[in-house]
Amino acid sequence: MTRAERADVVVIGAGPAGIAAAVSAADLGASVLLLDHGLEPGGQIWRHRAGARVPRTASRWLARLRRSGARVLRGVSVLDVRRADDGSPFEIVAEHDGTSAIVHARRIVLATGARELFIPFPGWTLPGVTGVGGAQALLKAGTSFSGRRVVIAGSGPLLLPVAASLASVGARLAIVAEQAPRESVVSFVSGLWRSPSLLAQAAQYRARFAATRYSTGTWVTEAHGTEHLTAVTLTDGRCTWREEADVLCTGYGLVPSVELARLLGCDVRDGAVVVDDTQQTSIAGVYAAGEVTGIGGAPLALVEGEIAGTAATARHVAVGSLMHRRDALRESARRMRATFAPRAELRACVTPDTIVCRCEDVTLAAVSRAPNARAAKLYTRAGMGPCQGRTCAPALSFLCGWAPDTVRSPVEPALVSVLATDSTSSDSGATS
Amino acid sequence: MSRRDIRIVVNDRELRVKPGITLAAALLNEGIQDFRTSVTGTPRAPLCGMGVCFECRVTVDDIAQQRACLIAVRDGMRVRTGSVDE
Repeated sequence: MTRAERADVVVIGAGPAGIAAAVSAADLGASVLLLDHGLEPGGQIWRHRAGARVPRTASRWLARLRRSGARVLRGVSVLDVRRADDGSPFEIVAEHDGTSAIVHARRIVLATGARELFIPFPGWTLPGVTGVGGAQALLKAGTSFSGRRVVIAGSGPLLLPVAASLASVGARLAIVAEQAPRESVVSFVSGLWRSPSLLAQAAQYRARFAATRYSTGTWVTEAHGTEHLTAVTLTDGRCTWREEADVLCTGYGLVPSVELARLLGCDVRDGAVVVDDTQQTSIAGVYAAGEVTGIGGAPLALVEGEIAGTAATARHVAVGSLMHRRDALRESARRMRATFAPRAELRACVTPDTIVCRCEDVTLAAVSRAPNARAAKLYTRAGMGPCQGRTCAPALSFLCGWAPDTVRSPVEPALVSVLATDSTSSDSGATS
Repeated sequence: MSRRDIRIVVNDRELRVKPGITLAAALLNEGIQDFRTSVTGTPRAPLCGMGVCFECRVTVDDIAQQRACLIAVRDGMRVRTGSVDE
């Protein structure tokens, strides 16, 4: 049975940006529906373990969300978003609890967040190899890391809170390896005098894993083991050595999740959704906020969410001071991204036999025979699996410079029974 | 073993797990390293933890291809791991 819903503003994604957008729109009197994948609002960064203390900013915004008139639908998979023509409402086709839901929206705010950039290397598909954010998510979801020997080897500020969390729960942290060169990291940290609270936070995180080496200019080249991980090879460009490990947390920053934006036809540049001053995308009535417009962290996501949610109500509310704060945060985000950009040497870790598409077990050698992502998909099935290129496309973009192939609905795997109830799908141009 | 523990069945073995955790966490805590078997026969386990990579797929209550990291443990849940993609 199809569930039908309708709202002035539909926000997709309940991380900081989505929550701020939903609250802002609802507080201005719009009817708001907030759709989310997860079991609880908060997205990735505001996940918390059952019973754990929630950070103050998160709990304030979650409380505001509860008090606002916004309705939250959890456990939702958005499959398709489209509009019959310029004047009509948007139609969002989703799967919720095994049944289909069609949501009509006057305006949409895309707050679909980001995911980790994984760069392949030999052995990266072994059980025991997780993302950096992946380990954090698994930890918050109840996974025990107590007594496990952990190597963290990746990039970006995210390494610090994850190392701190794992150390706090009794993981034996062998090393935290940051691929960015020492000079870049030092320069970035010195630049944090502008944000003393961030500097203090970084120091607090570092203190929680003080007994572990934090090594810059260091990266993983291989993961070893047969049925699961047993050891990791690291290098600093001069020396190469092996660390025993049960768990390797690896991830090289974040990439925006722009699938729905691309499906709608929004302009995307350098992998991020292009928005104007009011957070509106190139498609009228579609707004975007948070990591999806460019990786920049939770404070920026909150500001962008407020601006987008306000703008999506089409009420003329002054958001000048928000824009000011946003521009400053965006500048910091740019510096952060430049500091931690994955180094060229990471392209040399992958061998012809290394799997690049994990869903279909396609090696680099197989994929390299193709000139682009579309051809690779046709020759080898790379990108055709359940993740639809979410894992391999950013990796192949880094390794081969390829742009991702086009996005088609359903954007996530869906039950046939759900797709069958979407009676207008044949008009959307998506073919079987 | 607390009275609040949840009972799930994994590969015909009964497990007691804490409520409020995801199925992926429960399986990892049990030492399960092969959530699924890849198309070339290699074992796979969770990578991204957030429902994007699809490596954590298991069969739950006879429905295949469920992402364990997105499912909360539920009393009486029956789980099968290690399956190959059909």
